[in-house]
Amino acid sequence: MLTIDKTMDAAAVVSRLRSGMTLGIGGWGPRRKPMALVREILRSDLTDLTLVSYGGPEVGMLCAAGKVKKLVFAFVSLDEIPLEPWFRKSREAGAIEVLELDEGMFQWGLKAAAYSVPFLPTRVGLGTDLVELGELKTVTSPYGDGEVLVAMPALKLDAALIHVHRADRRGNVQALGPDTYYDEWFAKAADECFVSCEELVDAMEVSYPQDVMANLFERCFVTGVSEAPGGAHPTTMPPSYGWDMGWLKKYAAAAKDPGDWSAVAEWTVGASEADYLASVGGQEGVAALPLPVF
Amino acid sequence: MSITLAELCIVACAEAFRTSREIIATGIGPIPRLGAGLAKLTHSPGLLMTDGEAFLVEQPVPLGATGDERPMPAGYLPFSRFFDSAVWSGRRHAMVTPTQIDRFGQTNLSALGGTHTRPKVQMLGARGFPGNGIYHPNSMFIPAHSTRVFVPGEVDRVSSPGYNPARRIPGGNYTGIDLRRIVTNLCVMDFGGPDHAIRVISLHPGVGVAEVQEATGFELIDAVEGETVLPGEDQLALIARLDPRGIRSRVLKDNPPAEGRLQ
Repeated sequence: MLTIDKTMDAAAVVSRLRSGMTLGIGGWGPRRKPMALVREILRSDLTDLTLVSYGGPEVGMLCAAGKVKKLVFAFVSLDEIPLEPWFRKSREAGAIEVLELDEGMFQWGLKAAAYSVPFLPTRVGLGTDLVELGELKTVTSPYGDGEVLVAMPALKLDAALIHVHRADRRGNVQALGPDTYYDEWFAKAADECFVSCEELVDAMEVSYPQDVMANLFERCFVTGVSEAPGGAHPTTMPPSYGWDMGWLKKYAAAAKDPGDWSAVAEWTVGASEADYLASVGGQEGVAALPLPVF
Repeated sequence: MSITLAELCIVACAEAFRTSREIIATGIGPIPRLGAGLAKLTHSPGLLMTDGEAFLVEQPVPLGATGDERPMPAGYLPFSRFFDSAVWSGRRHAMVTPTQIDRFGQTNLSALGGTHTRPKVQMLGARGFPGNGIYHPNSMFIPAHSTRVFVPGEVDRVSSPGYNPARRIPGGNYTGIDLRRIVTNLCVMDFGGPDHAIRVISLHPGVGVAEVQEATGFELIDAVEGETVLPGEDQLALIARLDPRGIRSRVLKDNPPAEGRLQ
C-alpha cells in the first residue's frame, strides 16, 4: 500500500515559504504559538511578510527583525505584559502597514476564506474607525430588511503555521487543552498548513485512538508535519506546559534596553532549535513550566 | 477595619451588572471582576461567568485562586465559540477599562495621537471592543477619573461605538448599542440624558459635582440622587471571600477608605 508521509523538519517547512507571502499564525496572544517554526523563519532570509495573527510574541519578534511588511491584527499582547513592546516600537516608528480588526471580525474573515466566499457580512465595525481606516466596504441585505452591513473580506492565507500536541506522519493532529482558539480556521483558510507538534507518532490510531475527538481539523488540511517538543515556548501550551513569563519579561525589557534587535536575537532565537531549547532548560525545563492561573 | 473606596466601587460595579437575564458577565480587571462575582452571588443568579479561560463556573473564581480553591467547571465557553455564544448573540455584559472615553460613550483602546500609519502611542489594538459595543451591553470602570480619560471632543481612535450620530450610516443597525454605567473613583454615571448624554447619578462620599466636572473633558448632566451606596456586611463578606488575598487594595491610588474625604 502506498503511504503518505508529511514529516519534514522546520527548515524544510520554511523552505516552502516565500518572501511576500501572507502567513497565518495560530494561537492567541502568548498562547499556543508555533514558536519553533517562527524561530526558523527568524533564522531564514524570508522577508516582506504579511502576518495574520491574534498577536503574541511572534509578532513583536518578526516585526523587530524586519520580516514584516503588513500586520492583520486585533491585538498584540503578552497577557501579563499587556502591551507587546517590540510591536509598539515598530508601530510608533511607522515601520509596518496594518489592518486593524475586531477579534470577531478576524475569525469571520478566516471563515470567509475557509468557506471560499469573498466576504461575510457583520455588524461589527459599524460606528468605529475600523471600517474607514481598513478601507472595508459595506453590503446591503438583498432581502426585505435592507440592512447595511460591513463586508468582512476573506483573510485568505498562503500558509498557516499551527502548533499542536500530537501529529502522525500522515498529518492527523490532536490538539489538547481547554481552548484551541481559531487554529481550525487558520488551517482551513490557508492554501498550505504546516503543523509543528510536541510529539510525532507513526499512526494516531495506534498511539492515541482514545483522544480522537482532539482531531481539530482533518489531515487533508495539513501539508507538512514537523516535530518540535517545547515548540510553543515561551508561550503556554496547556496541558503540557505554561508560558515562560520570566523569559517574556526579559524579552519585553530588552525592547527598552538595549532596544536593538540584533543584540537580543541570539538568545531569543538561537542558532538552531536545539541550541534554543537547551538555553531554556531543555525539554524537561519547558515541561516543568507551570500553567498560568487566570 | 474601615470600608475602602475599592469595596464601594465593587458594589457599584455589581449594581451595573444587575439583571434578570442569563447572560455572560465579564469583568476585566479586579474591581469589575469582583463586581460581576458579587452580582452573581447576590441579586443576579442568572449571570454566567468563566474561570478566565475556557470553562463556565457557578461559583466565581476567587482572585489569585490556585489548585483546590478553584471551583469545578459547570460548562464550557472557549474563545473558539465566544462570538457565536456570547458576543454576537447579545448574551453578555462586559465591564472594561478603556484608555479614553468621549461624551458619546465611544472608547479607545487602539492608539493615541499621531496617524494611523504611525501612532504616537500604540496600545493593545481594538481587541473585541467593536463587536462588544455593537452587540451587547457594556459598562466601564475608571480607577482614576481625569480629563485624560474623559476626553473633550472625540477619542483619538474609535475602538467601540457609542451614541455619536455623525458615525451612523443609513441602514446600519445600531440597536445593540447599550451603554449602562461608568463607575469611577469619584462617582457613578449613566447614559440616561437626552440622546444618551452622560449623567452623574451618584457621588462617592465627600465628592462634589464640581469636582467630577473638573475632572471630565465634556459637560456632564447633574442627575445626582445621592451618595453611592456603601457596601453592607453581607456584601463585604462576599467580597473578602472572592478576594482572599486583598488584590482589590492595589487598584486605587493609596487604597483610600470609602468615607476618607469626610474625615
